[in-house]
Parts: sequence; structure tokens; C-alpha cells
Amino acid sequence: MSRTVRLSLFALAAAGFGLVLVLGFADLPAFGHYHGVYGQILDGVGVTLRHATDLVTALNFDIRGFDTVGEEFILFASVLGIMLILRGLREEHQEPSQHAADEHMFAGASEALRAFALVLIPLLLTVGVYIVVHGQITPGGGFQGGVVLGAGPLGIFLTGRYLRMKVVTPRPAMELADALGAGGYALIGLGGLIFSGVFFKNFLPLGIPGHLLSAGHMDIASVAVGLEVSGAFLIAWSEFMDQAILVRGDQRE
Amino acid sequence: MTVLQIAALSGVALAAGGVVVTSDPLSQTLVLGVFGMSLTMLFFVFQAPDVALSEIVVSTVGLPVMILLALRKVHEQRREGEQEEPD
Repeated sequence: MSRTVRLSLFALAAAGFGLVLVLGFADLPAFGHYHGVYGQILDGVGVTLRHATDLVTALNFDIRGFDTVGEEFILFASVLGIMLILRGLREEHQEPSQHAADEHMFAGASEALRAFALVLIPLLLTVGVYIVVHGQITPGGGFQGGVVLGAGPLGIFLTGRYLRMKVVTPRPAMELADALGAGGYALIGLGGLIFSGVFFKNFLPLGIPGHLLSAGHMDIASVAVGLEVSGAFLIAWSEFMDQAILVRGDQRE
Repeated sequence: MTVLQIAALSGVALAAGGVVVTSDPLSQTLVLGVFGMSLTMLFFVFQAPDVALSEIVVSTVGLPVMILLALRKVHEQRREGEQEEPD
């Protein structure tokens, strides 16, 4: 296809797409003028019925907790897929001298970057824990906090010591966190079924709105999701790093 | 619509165009980070801090690490392939 044909095809498609977009957006209510009844009801009951000041977390972990089970297992399954596809193949081998790889890897890490990483790691871990446990009070929750938590050990990579990162985050522990988080979240739903008769119905004392331990099972659910997400991301990153840094194709010649 | 919201929307449009126009994958990853940041600002000024927080962790930490490592692997394999050819 020549350039002119492609461009005219694009112009045609863009014009059609633009038209549909304008027609579709024309009838949308203005920003801040939401008319859905379900949303307005939820807006009113978040604090009164669930004692959670962050309605989004109340939705994710309580009112629509079942949806989050699906989302959790999407992440779980994708990480399983990464592990399966990037497993060690017969014609591949890991770099023979791990010590050598440790030393020459990221030799460009300056002293300033290393010092910065030292400050960054505890900061990231603290912020991660904060976001996970305050999910029901302020914006954030298990997913966001979990990624920040996972990013903490990633700071060790910044200092140029990839294999040290593997020491701090051993694979079995990460897999355990991933599995325990995913399973634990589903178990919280079962708890609702057993103690309240409905899957994912809040079965723990609601506490005082705005307090650290409030909103019933949302806190525990947030911690479970945080465990799962941080484990899943660390597994995915370390699989990619193994591929990029350690694994080599067979070099027999 | 406030000035902030219009600015955030135009920022997203500009950054998205930038990602498409950039041809080198390595610089594209960096422009993608800028796009993620502009999307974060968009969610924030449209009063969705939870989504903004999700966007910021995925676009600044989650995604770039994976793309950069994959690029490194591809680059290495290409270099190894070039070394083998002359023999």
C-alpha cells in the first residue's frame, strides 16, 4: 500500500471515528452532574452503613467485593503466565558466575544514586504500608499500596546489586505472599458467607469512621490485596530481570 | 469545566500524540512515563484520587521496568546475532 492510499484511508477512518465520538459525547451529562440512582445511593451509605470515609475502597472491598475477586485472579493468572512462558528452557543457561554478574551489572550506578536508593527504599516501604492500611480512610488501598511496597526492594536494583535484591525477596516468599494474598481475599468473602449468610457481606465490627481499625473487613481485605499485588509485581519484575540479566542462549560454538 | 480540567485534558492529548510520534522504543518508554503523569493529573483534577494513585504506580513503576528490561533483552539478542554472523 502506498503512502497516499494509507493516508487517505486514515483520513476516512479518523473522520468517521471523530463523528461517532462527537455524537456520543454530545449527550453526556456535564462533569459533576451525575444522575445514576445507584451511585447516588452508594454516595450516601458509605460512611453511615459501612463506616468507610473512602467510598472507592468501600466499593472495591465490600459493596462490590466479589468483582475484586475476579480482578485479583486476573493479576494472579497473568503472573502465572509470565512464570510459565519465561521458565528455564533446555537450550538456555544462567550466567555461570553469579558473582561476576553481581559486580559488573549496572556499573554506572554512581555513589549519589546508591545513597539516594538507600533513602528511597525505607521511604517507599513506609508509604506502601501507609497506603495499604489506610485504604478505607483515604484514597488508595491494597493495589496501589502493594505496587509501592513492591517498588521498595526494586530500589536495591538501583544500587546496581541485582542479586542482592533476589536475596531480600526470595522467590518462595514472594510466591507465598502472592498465593496467601489471593487466597486470603477469597477467604474473607467466605467469612461473610459463614458469619453473615452472604458472600462478602461485612462480618466484622465496623468501628468508628476515620479510625485505623474501622469499616469491618475492609482493612484485612486491603492487606490481603496488598500482599498479593506486591508479591505478584516482584515475581513479574524478577522474571523479567532474570531474562535480561542472567539467562543466556546456548553458546556452544 | 475549569481551566485546570481543560489544561489536564489538553496535556493528555499532547502526551498521547507524543507517544505515537516517538519512533525509538527507548525514548518512547520515557514519553510513555510523561503520558502516565499527564493522565494522573487528569484523574486528579477530575476528583478521582484513587484512580490517579493507581495510574501513578502503574505508569511510573510497574510498566517502565518491564518495558526497559524487555528492550535490554532484545538489544542483547540482536547484538549476539550480529557477532555470530561474520564467522
